[in-house]
Amino acid sequence: MALLEIREVTRRFGGLAAVDRVSLAIEAGEFFTLLGPSGCGKTTLLRMIAGFDEPDEGELFLDGKSLSGIAPEKRPVHTVFQSYALFPHMTVAGNIAFPLEMANRPREEIARRVRETLALVHLDEKGQAYPHELSGGQKQRVALARGLVNKPRLLLLDEPLGALDAKLREEMQVELINLQRDVGVTFVFVTHAQQEALALSHRIAVMNMGRVEQLDTPDRLYTAPSSRFVADFIGKINLIEVEVIDASHGHLGLRAAALGEFAAEPVPGVKAGERGALALRPELVRVTERLESVDLRNRFTGRVKELLYLGDVTLYKVQLDGGFVIEALLTNAAPGRARLFKAGDSVTVAWRHDAGVFLRG
Amino acid sequence: MRRRSQWILWAASLAVYAFLYVPLAVVVIFSFNDSMLNAEWVGFTLAWYEKLLGDGEMLRAAGNSVAIALLSSSVATVLGAMAGIAMHRYRMPWLPLLVLTPVAMPEILLGVSLLLFFRQVLDLTLGFFSILVAHITFSIGFVAVIVRARLAGMDEGVFEAARDLGATPWMTFRRVTLPLILPALVAGFLMSFTLSIDDFVITFFVAGVGVTTLPLQIYSMIKVAVTPEVNAVSTLLMALTLTMVLVATRLAPDVMRRGR
Ligand SMILES: Nc1ncnc2c1ncn2[C@@H]1O[C@H](COP(=O)(O)OP(=O)(O)OP(=O)(O)O)[C@@H](O)[C@H]1O
Ligand SMILES: [Mg+2]
Repeated sequence: MALLEIREVTRRFGGLAAVDRVSLAIEAGEFFTLLGPSGCGKTTLLRMIAGFDEPDEGELFLDGKSLSGIAPEKRPVHTVFQSYALFPHMTVAGNIAFPLEMANRPREEIARRVRETLALVHLDEKGQAYPHELSGGQKQRVALARGLVNKPRLLLLDEPLGALDAKLREEMQVELINLQRDVGVTFVFVTHAQQEALALSHRIAVMNMGRVEQLDTPDRLYTAPSSRFVADFIGKINLIEVEVIDASHGHLGLRAAALGEFAAEPVPGVKAGERGALALRPELVRVTERLESVDLRNRFTGRVKELLYLGDVTLYKVQLDGGFVIEALLTNAAPGRARLFKAGDSVTVAWRHDAGVFLRG
Repeated sequence: MRRRSQWILWAASLAVYAFLYVPLAVVVIFSFNDSMLNAEWVGFTLAWYEKLLGDGEMLRAAGNSVAIALLSSSVATVLGAMAGIAMHRYRMPWLPLLVLTPVAMPEILLGVSLLLFFRQVLDLTLGFFSILVAHITFSIGFVAVIVRARLAGMDEGVFEAARDLGATPWMTFRRVTLPLILPALVAGFLMSFTLSIDDFVITFFVAGVGVTTLPLQIYSMIKVAVTPEVNAVSTLLMALTLTMVLVATRLAPDVMRRGR
């Protein structure tokens, strides 16, 4: 049985469905992420899990028991808020002791577990400090410790790293992964940063306008997006508008107005005449100088339009002869690389027929 | 240019402060003057203060004032805190209007309407109780405003966090809300106390004949003449009020500052 089951949950504000018939099952021990753009309903869903809000339709089950009508303090679910929401009048130790005190744990146990949890988040020295005396990263750790100390069945994290700078964010990501593995608490993590979601999660639910667009592991989401929205939202991608001209020869024959004809992996059920898009990751696009050196069937000639040097990689925008501008990501230090291309260079662009994903509609 | 305008600013502020404080200083100085007349300095004496201590009526009035101030500000603090929390939490547009109107209302209007209410509507005998209720009425708004300002500067998340971490609504109030608004409560109490102890206009209307307060007593004395005894009791009242204001302002910045 899933630890948390969300069954057909809808929440409306006025006419707008902030969460629209969402069904999810989250397993014990998972690092589960809700990913989506601002306003897609992530916080609304989280608040219903925590008990600050009730669904208009549908139901939530924790360990198979319905959560409807159960007050937040009665749910074995704790939250790490984006604003941290530390109690400003309590010390760090006082903050961390709070959930244990509310659960009426014996005094010695509280003292011991506060000490252990402080050590867990590397704040052994800061027990007597007040929240306003801490840095952003330290506050973040206190909020985590406070959420974890009473061993909730589920820890909800609403964009907990949103307020941190890039460097600290990366450090905290690593710490989060380790922490979740060590304490074994199920995490439901909310973010609109796709890289963060890919780096941290076991599974990701990509949300858009209140709905779950795709629920999958990070690598499946990245390599096999199921919709244009997911393809576009996660990482960089070329979306080529195409029409299917042939679906009978063990591959898909595609035609793009601004490009020409090329081939892709077959998709079950797709027939000639259908329209859709081919989603192609820039790092799967090869760029070479001469036509002859490419043995791939999907190849087009064009001219380098723009390039963005990023140190380890360079992002090229190549204007193909048909007019389409394709993005290609090349590592700068590959063995045998003769030289980098300049704007204006004539090049050949190619990709394997199984590199792209055909998306219907 | 800059120099000159600064100099003018200084002079102007100095004049304003002189205008405000010289009369007060005169009262204080002449309360120690060894003469029946408030005309010229004769010599230092504490005689007027001694006389004050022997004045039974004055002491009774002072006792009433302190008792009413303590009681009314205690009650107003509790009710005002509730109103402040409600204004903050429920954001009903008419609630602040309801709570804050007595603050802005001319005192004389409030006095008259309370008098009518006590006499015509409730048919109450005027006295200690009516004064007490009147003082509570005009103090609530001040406490409510201070408490609301304190709450407005705070991260809403802390109250939800408390519930989330297992605190019942009551425990959330006791362990989080109350400690966080405590400075506002103290400031509100002191504010109400100062307002109550020197209130004249409203008290005048609702006091009736039996009970007087210190400001009423002083007024009835100066109807005869401004004696040094009046100076002495005014000085004492001033000292008490000033202390309260000082303590309140020491706490008030705290109300504004310790938000996060
Ligand atoms: N209490 C509310 N009253 C009215 N509308 C609300 C309320 N809470 C959320 N909404 C609306 O519901 C939608 C989803 O909001 P939600 O806060 O869940 O988004 P989110 O995915 O968490 O976005 P973000 O990444 O910006 O935090 C938004 O359009 C928002 O305006
Ligand atoms: Mg949100």
